[in-house]
Amino acid sequence: MSKLFSDENKAAFSNPINLNNPVTVQVLGICSALAVTSQLAPAVVMGLSVTVITAFSNVIISLLRKTIPNRIRIIVQLVVVAALVTIVSQILKAFVYDVSVQLSVYVGLIITNCILMGRLEAFAMQNSPWPSFLDGVGNGLGYALILVIVGFFRELFGFGTLFGFQVIPSSWYVENGGWYMNNGMMVMPAMSLIIVGCVIWAHRSINKEA
Amino acid sequence: MARKFKCKICGQTFEADSMPDKCPICFADSSNIEEVVDSADAGKVAKKGIDTNGNAYTIVYAAVMVIVVAFLLAFVSSSLKPIQDANVLRDNKNQILTSLNIEGLAGEDIDNRYNEVITDTLEVAGGKPVLVASLDGATKYVFPVAGRGLWGGLAGYISLDEDKTHVFGTYFSHESETAGLGARINERWFQQQFCGRPIFDNEGNIVLTVTKAGDAKAETEVNGITGATLTSKGVAAMVNGGLNEYKDFIAVMPCGMSESQAPEEGQEEESDTTNVELN
Repeated sequence: MSKLFSDENKAAFSNPINLNNPVTVQVLGICSALAVTSQLAPAVVMGLSVTVITAFSNVIISLLRKTIPNRIRIIVQLVVVAALVTIVSQILKAFVYDVSVQLSVYVGLIITNCILMGRLEAFAMQNSPWPSFLDGVGNGLGYALILVIVGFFRELFGFGTLFGFQVIPSSWYVENGGWYMNNGMMVMPAMSLIIVGCVIWAHRSINKEA
Repeated sequence: MARKFKCKICGQTFEADSMPDKCPICFADSSNIEEVVDSADAGKVAKKGIDTNGNAYTIVYAAVMVIVVAFLLAFVSSSLKPIQDANVLRDNKNQILTSLNIEGLAGEDIDNRYNEVITDTLEVAGGKPVLVASLDGATKYVFPVAGRGLWGGLAGYISLDEDKTHVFGTYFSHESETAGLGARINERWFQQQFCGRPIFDNEGNIVLTVTKAGDAKAETEVNGITGATLTSKGVAAMVNGGLNEYKDFIAVMPCGMSESQAPEEGQEEESDTTNVELN
């Protein structure tokens, strides 16, 4: 057990969550961070899906890494990811149809997520399956964390809700004689880019030496 | 056999039998000289097994990978297809029931309730189906509609009351609208905005539509979704165009229906709708 959770493996898991976060430090996966963060629920779903897919495609590529011809490695990685995502979505569609309807939008976004390809290329091609699995989970959670932060601010100020529940009292709203109005800018994808920018700024000023 | 050396200072390569003391070109120290190994030799030395960079290996690998993945996907897809089809069919029934404001069913209940409620399927001009539903003794008509959103297809069901002048309920689904924006058309608060709306204007044209968020003025205009103007427009086109395709069927109105009564009926229907939900 001690070998399974050695310092190196712990680092593979915990680094991407903070110091080497895929979104704020490597600036990967921005496109999907803009697309699905207007509300918290889809942000959480997307974060978890990417975590699962990154972890398992990392393991598969890590198992195959010694056989993969160097010149077509990107194609092999892409085929593995696409096949994995397709199979998972087929199984979900057969056994948990409601979940699959919820996820259908994300399937395309997961396959083309640069974090996946980035981790396969940078980590799984050089490391054995267990560290690769931890690295995949860590990167997925690091990505999910940023999505949740951005989704939190966008949903709170854009809709006045969190996870669909009204948080800002409805008596505050102008329609009901109050002073408050939802910020329409927050709903637009442009605003999530600005929030991601602010998160990166905060993150870098906290971790100056990194 | 002569070995190849390269000087790091002047960048020249030269041949010698052993490591020279000095670079013969620029006379740099031997620590700056390194041996050059031919790439062909390097391959033989580094890899004892198969050469994974060879052309033949690459082609065979690609071919095997494609065939394996293709078989895997085909197997998964064909073995799960019957279950998936059943799910899709049941989901369709559930959508139709939702458009009749019957919600919260799952599994077998959906099939049973559907068979109970939907009494007939009419085919109107052009081979389009209209479902006839009987709800607590009242007849409702369900019209399947389809359209295009921002990224992909939209589909939905609109149910009208017996006199076909007011909306009883709606259901919309989408293929790939943006999550949190356009995708909200399949949330109930959006769909319930349609309940009880009149579909005709004073001239007897079908004018029910969706406007930009906050722009809705008339009874026949429904507020769209903030930040999803294009999806809202798609829903507008689907609702309005879809109903107009059934115009001949819908326009066979019962005699004596005067336009002045329309708003009152609208209010009645709204209260009806809430009753059904409470039930």
